[in-house]
Amino acid sequence: MKIKKNIATSENGFIFNPATGDSFSGNAMASVILVAMKNGVNPAEIKADILKKYDVNAAQLDRDWEDWIIQLKEANLLELELNHGN
Amino acid sequence: MATKYAGLCIGVTGLNANDNPGPGIAVIRALKEGLGNDIRIIGFAYESLEPGIYMRELVDKTYQLPYPTAGTGALLERLTYINNQENLTAIIPNFDAELHNFIIIAPSLLKIGIRTLLPSLAQLQVRDKANLFEFGNKNELRVPPHYNLFSAADLPHATEELGFPLVIKGKFYDAYIAVNMDAALKAFKQLEAAWGYPVIAQKYIKGTEINVAALGAGNGSNLSIVPMRKLYITEKGKAWAGVTIEDKALVELADQFAKATHWRGAYELEIIRDAEDQLFIIEINPRFPAWIYLAAAAGQNQPAALIKMSMGENVAPFNSYETGKLFIRHSWDQVVDIAEFQKMSAFGEL
Repeated sequence: MKIKKNIATSENGFIFNPATGDSFSGNAMASVILVAMKNGVNPAEIKADILKKYDVNAAQLDRDWEDWIIQLKEANLLELELNHGN
Repeated sequence: MATKYAGLCIGVTGLNANDNPGPGIAVIRALKEGLGNDIRIIGFAYESLEPGIYMRELVDKTYQLPYPTAGTGALLERLTYINNQENLTAIIPNFDAELHNFIIIAPSLLKIGIRTLLPSLAQLQVRDKANLFEFGNKNELRVPPHYNLFSAADLPHATEELGFPLVIKGKFYDAYIAVNMDAALKAFKQLEAAWGYPVIAQKYIKGTEINVAALGAGNGSNLSIVPMRKLYITEKGKAWAGVTIEDKALVELADQFAKATHWRGAYELEIIRDAEDQLFIIEINPRFPAWIYLAAAAGQNQPAALIKMSMGENVAPFNSYETGKLFIRHSWDQVVDIAEFQKMSAFGEL
């Protein structure tokens, strides 16, 4: 699950997709997570960091994470992952 | 500091910087930025209220031209007169409707020292709205099906074939989305009166509107390609704001068009990207678009490159531009003295 390489993000949460011209306003949290994802940090590490820093339980974070990934997919910000089935 | 282009005298049409803007003012901005402020710009106008006539910081002098319906003889005669006053280096025509005449008189203009860089009549014809679907089919370019309308009686056949909503387009300009037969008929009547036949009914494609401004080298390749996604669209379907984007598929599409036509000069692809990511070419304009200054601001100054090409310079293809560069159009009340308007109206010069 990778963020597209060319997605531009700013510290204040602004996200621009240069391939489509779409832009989005995220909050500071979104910006931090996007930067981590762009840097190749895996989801487990990102979630562990959030659990350490914020008052949230693991079950709630998992639900929010799923929602976050759905939003990224809808916004066309994720690299397509090809399934190589047998 | 004066550049080697100082003193060039360039004629530009399309000074109608209104809510359906001609490209002239954007072209002039790009020329001054690319060739220096000491070039001389001669505006060509058809009507006295074209705003660019009065933008004296951009346009040094304006002459009225005869309407395209007056024919090539009248145009050449007028341009010969203007050339005797101004010693023109080159002309960039920016209206679809005038291109036919300019292409025909291009050799005569060259004889009196005026350069142009235009497609051939055959190239102009092949991308005509009435021929676009056939052209697309032949060259494996995705174009929505259309129906050429020569009378109101053709409309039921078109709607049966294409369904609603459909886009009713004028031969040269304007388009309306019609959701039922009444709306289609009304649009047909307006467009036949304004632009003549055929009026074109095109299948409506829902999706994101993208335009590509390009400069064809004339040998099957492009020297410049800049795609722009429309961000704000006026009621007339014109981009009021847009942003440069980067997409290999769009560049490949423009290259496919240049390869198929060997297009020489400026052109614009109007594209819809549908929900399945398919790219449909809905129109190909044989000239610079009104947003061409964005391409220059993003790093590819197509009007300046066109002038250099017309002068025989070897222009290297551009290989990059800045993505995420926005243009936001605005309106501005320009105040001019009635004497200026009077002079333009009475003498056809200002």
